[in-house]
Amino acid sequence: MSRRATRLLLYASLAALAVLHHDLWLWSDGRVILGLPVGLLYHVGFCLAAAVLMLLLVRFAWPEGLEAGEDPR
Amino acid sequence: MILGVLAAYLVVVLVIGLWSHKLFRGTGEDFFVASRGLGPFVLLMSLFGTHMTAFTLLGASGEAYVRGIGVFALMASSSALVVPAVFYFVGIRLWSLGRRHGYLTQVQFFRERWESDTLGLVLFVVLVGLLVPYVLIGMLAGGITVFQVTNGAVPEWAGNLVICAVVLIYVLYGGMRGTAWVNTFQTLVFMVFGAATLVVVVHRLGGLDAAMARVAAARPDLLVREGNMQPLELLTYLCIPLSAGMFPHLFIHWLTAERAAHFRATIALYPLCIAFVWVPSVLLGVLSVLDFPGLPPAAASAVLVRMISLHAPAFLAGLLAAGIFSTCMNSLDSQILALGTMFTHDIVGHYGLRRRLSERQALLIGRSFVFGLLLVTFVLSLVTTRSIFRLGIWTFTGFAALFPLAVAALYWRRSTKVGAFASVMTVAGLWTWFFVMSGDRPGYTLGETGIMPVAVILLASTVAMVAGSLLSQPPSPATLARFFPGPRSPR
Repeated sequence: MSRRATRLLLYASLAALAVLHHDLWLWSDGRVILGLPVGLLYHVGFCLAAAVLMLLLVRFAWPEGLEAGEDPR
Repeated sequence: MILGVLAAYLVVVLVIGLWSHKLFRGTGEDFFVASRGLGPFVLLMSLFGTHMTAFTLLGASGEAYVRGIGVFALMASSSALVVPAVFYFVGIRLWSLGRRHGYLTQVQFFRERWESDTLGLVLFVVLVGLLVPYVLIGMLAGGITVFQVTNGAVPEWAGNLVICAVVLIYVLYGGMRGTAWVNTFQTLVFMVFGAATLVVVVHRLGGLDAAMARVAAARPDLLVREGNMQPLELLTYLCIPLSAGMFPHLFIHWLTAERAAHFRATIALYPLCIAFVWVPSVLLGVLSVLDFPGLPPAAASAVLVRMISLHAPAFLAGLLAAGIFSTCMNSLDSQILALGTMFTHDIVGHYGLRRRLSERQALLIGRSFVFGLLLVTFVLSLVTTRSIFRLGIWTFTGFAALFPLAVAALYWRRSTKVGAFASVMTVAGLWTWFFVMSGDRPGYTLGETGIMPVAVILLASTVAMVAGSLLSQPPSPATLARFFPGPRSPR
């Protein structure tokens, strides 16, 4: 996969994750799983997913030309 | 005992801040941005600590006490996605331009990007105006903490004063390096003791499952979002963390990084740090209904400290209270430094006063400005009736609504000073309108629909930027070449 395609895929994943933030299906679900209300547990998992996505962004889509002397992109 | 532990903690903070002065190189750049030489660990800890204010521990736990677990989705997980994305798309690019052109403040950057002194002055006034309530949050939280852990023996105003004095000393003496070092220490303190508080309280309540079962029996509404917030509120709240892109103190902290690559760890680990701090805060807020049912919303900001006082032995309570103190001071110090930096460079330096004054006189004026602002904030802390959470939301709303400026400046060559003016004035007008309209109504949204004012102001600000830019002349080719130097620069 080209660098540009990877970057676009990761940006699309960012948008998808923003959509998944709105977990309306758990809105009135009061179950407690692993000691946590499911609505809270879902969003803890969301934070983990965000961390993985950010790791991929800085690993595979890091902007070039930031340091002095580099070719700006 | 608790006061003794708190006093010892403040002494440690002072020693770290003052010790950093040993590395002071005697230059303005060293004082204001630590010679742009901070490594990845200190960058992560100081940025995170600066961003996580008393709002995180006291405000969020208080709000969770009133509205339940949904507070985590509203502010924490949304920030876990949006804030590192802001660092990625905006922060590192601003760092790059700041390093190339020697910027120390946002006003310097925007003033040159859009070739307008007046815009710089207007932005200075708006940014300082929005920063004052943010400073107020830290001050209020410090007072509440001292008042609660001493069972009212030390009044809130005294706690406010002590925090101000300590922060003022190490900021004015240690500059950015001192602030970053203290922030790193304090961030570790509040991360560790925040988690420790949860462990202690949950243990005393008989374990997490047992505690949750009791909450489910007593207040099942706190374990769901239905009835506590509306879906549109969750959606529009996603705009609030954009404020990270316009906070003056975060901007200045970005400039301290030695290399762009040092942002990688910060961006990747930020969501985990947020979860680590916010989960205890929200859970403790929810669990506190078991021990302190029926508190009025205005008193909810203190539930975390009440829980510590009730469940932790005196020495541990002092340490845990120190953790809360650290969140108060972590943001206060950076905000004070940002205010001093902005006044010294954007007003005293830019308008030529520097030439007529000695270096010492210019610094004295800058410090007097900071001292005067702190005094005003202190007076406000004596009379304000708004909760820490709601005060924070209004501050974040203002900064988030200014976010189109950062995006346009970095990604849209055609953006102009007229567009920027239109955007800033739109934000100032609408923010004031909504602030007055909301009064003291808790959870104010447009027509009770769940739509947060920030979404409307942000949209209007964006439209104003686009319309104003398209109706006016773009900046000169020389300026554009300065800010978009590459052949594939953003258009």
